[in-house]
Amino acid sequence: MPTGTQSSKPSNKVNARMTSPLSWLWIVGIAVIIAVPFLVPSMQLLVNFAMAKGLAVLGVTVLLRAGQVSFGHALYFGIAAYAGAFLMTSMPATDFFVILIVGVLGAIVAGLFVGLFVVRYRGIFFGMLNLAFSMIFWSILEKFYHLTGGADGLRFTRPTVFGQALDHVQFNMVLYYSVLVLVVALGWFTHRWFASPVGQLFQTIKTNETRLEYLGISPKRALLSGYLLSAALCGVGGVMMGMAQGVVTPEYVWWVRSAEMVFIAVLGGAGSVQGAFLGALIYEVVRTYASVYAGDIWQMILGGFLLIIILFAPGGLIGILESAFKRDTTKPSAKTGDRK
Amino acid sequence: MTEVLLETRNLTIKFGGITAADNVSLTINAGKNLAIIGPNGAGKTTFLNICTGWLKPSKGQVLFEGRDITPLPPRKIVDRGVARAFQIPQLFTEHTALENLLIAASARQKRRNPLVDMHAIPERTEMLHLLDMVGCADVADVLVVELPEGQRKLIDIAVALALKPRLLLMDEPTSGVASSEKHAIMEILIGALKEANVTSVFVEHDMGIVEKYADEVAVWNSGNVQLRGTPAEILEHPDVIRDVIGEVV
Repeated sequence: MPTGTQSSKPSNKVNARMTSPLSWLWIVGIAVIIAVPFLVPSMQLLVNFAMAKGLAVLGVTVLLRAGQVSFGHALYFGIAAYAGAFLMTSMPATDFFVILIVGVLGAIVAGLFVGLFVVRYRGIFFGMLNLAFSMIFWSILEKFYHLTGGADGLRFTRPTVFGQALDHVQFNMVLYYSVLVLVVALGWFTHRWFASPVGQLFQTIKTNETRLEYLGISPKRALLSGYLLSAALCGVGGVMMGMAQGVVTPEYVWWVRSAEMVFIAVLGGAGSVQGAFLGALIYEVVRTYASVYAGDIWQMILGGFLLIIILFAPGGLIGILESAFKRDTTKPSAKTGDRK
Repeated sequence: MTEVLLETRNLTIKFGGITAADNVSLTINAGKNLAIIGPNGAGKTTFLNICTGWLKPSKGQVLFEGRDITPLPPRKIVDRGVARAFQIPQLFTEHTALENLLIAASARQKRRNPLVDMHAIPERTEMLHLLDMVGCADVADVLVVELPEGQRKLIDIAVALALKPRLLLMDEPTSGVASSEKHAIMEILIGALKEANVTSVFVEHDMGIVEKYADEVAVWNSGNVQLRGTPAEILEHPDVIRDVIGEVV
């Protein structure tokens, strides 16, 4: 008679990963990012943009875990950025953290409004409905120019930080390290959320909604919980991007921005927390330098890069890294399957 | 006095011109294993679908522990204490066997803390014991997609039991399982049900299984209960031999 003791001990995957060789790579990576403003100041803004974008990509990644692709998540990126911009233009001395909170709340409220509708749909309908909502908001931003500044967007001055007015360099430093803290904190939180019961219930939408219903759980409500998290993450990214640029434009919610988020999520490793940030960093670097040195064909380069990833490394950049590290460590049983 | 756990009153449902449930009135007594037999298309699975809220009858009522559950969706009926196992196992194929049970236990407890690892929930030991009860402890860490049909069936039932139901409805628990394994699986299953003190209803085509493991048998035909009795009474009945056994032998 088989016994329950044959199974492995309680496996805290989060802790296990913290001690793996790959975890050390992340720690080194964070240390390098901390040093960027001092070692390579010219890269500071680029890394800042990449981290802000990475937070939004993490939002898209959350939905990928439930097997859903949104082609309109730039909506929350834009709503949060515009909420912050409206606040700054109406109350110029508003504090940095108040803008962040207001922007993210704006994204969550919008996520609840849109989410209650789109969680009824799956697959292509889910993706296209999200796109439709984002394009409606884009049109509003473009056409209500007396409120939104139209295609020129809204410009705003630097916010205060804990009541202190900072100069350009100081503010960029605060912004840079604040984004980094948010990347680490929200990346950790999302990682834990994925491993938690509520995160696991959300992910089962990908494989069997019938069983989920027969476990006493509403699949729509489970999807809505992840949808709100994804909207909030996109919102954080949008506010931070807006403050880094000092201007927000309708381009923030343009469909290309949404597609770019999906592109980066797949490039980094669909469903991977670390992949979202790694993908965003690589994407920003390639985009920046390719547009400088190959201005006419940089989109083609990125497209080709993505094709190679999909054909030869479906696990994305993070999959390549994990494979490389696993070669040096004990191979796990094929049956246990270390899933992202 | 026998406690009536589930009662249906005049259940009727039609799919186009076909009446899949035709005025079905049935009581399910606590502590018994009721087998439902009948030819294909008789309305057996439809009956389970109505009792669990998946289908809504055009007429009639379903009462569980005396309370009307007819208008409730499946998830609300599950909360009341009715669980379901399926003819085709409904599992989370990208999760391991143990994880399927942990998800079920988390759903039962309505766990919402986003910072607790699912593998560290207090019910883990209980779920390992449940896997052991259905004879699947040795595949606890194997992805469901890699398991044979027989083990998936047992895990599907274990997932339902993880909800600690009072009543378990099972649709052909031994279908798709090799003949040589059917009795072994039912031994495990009935033992697990007894240990968990769960009343069961199971749809079955194998009369050997019905004879050995059912306390009562209800014979379905043309969307209604044609006969009901002990296995000995039912399996000797000429109508059953003609309409049911004749078709499956």
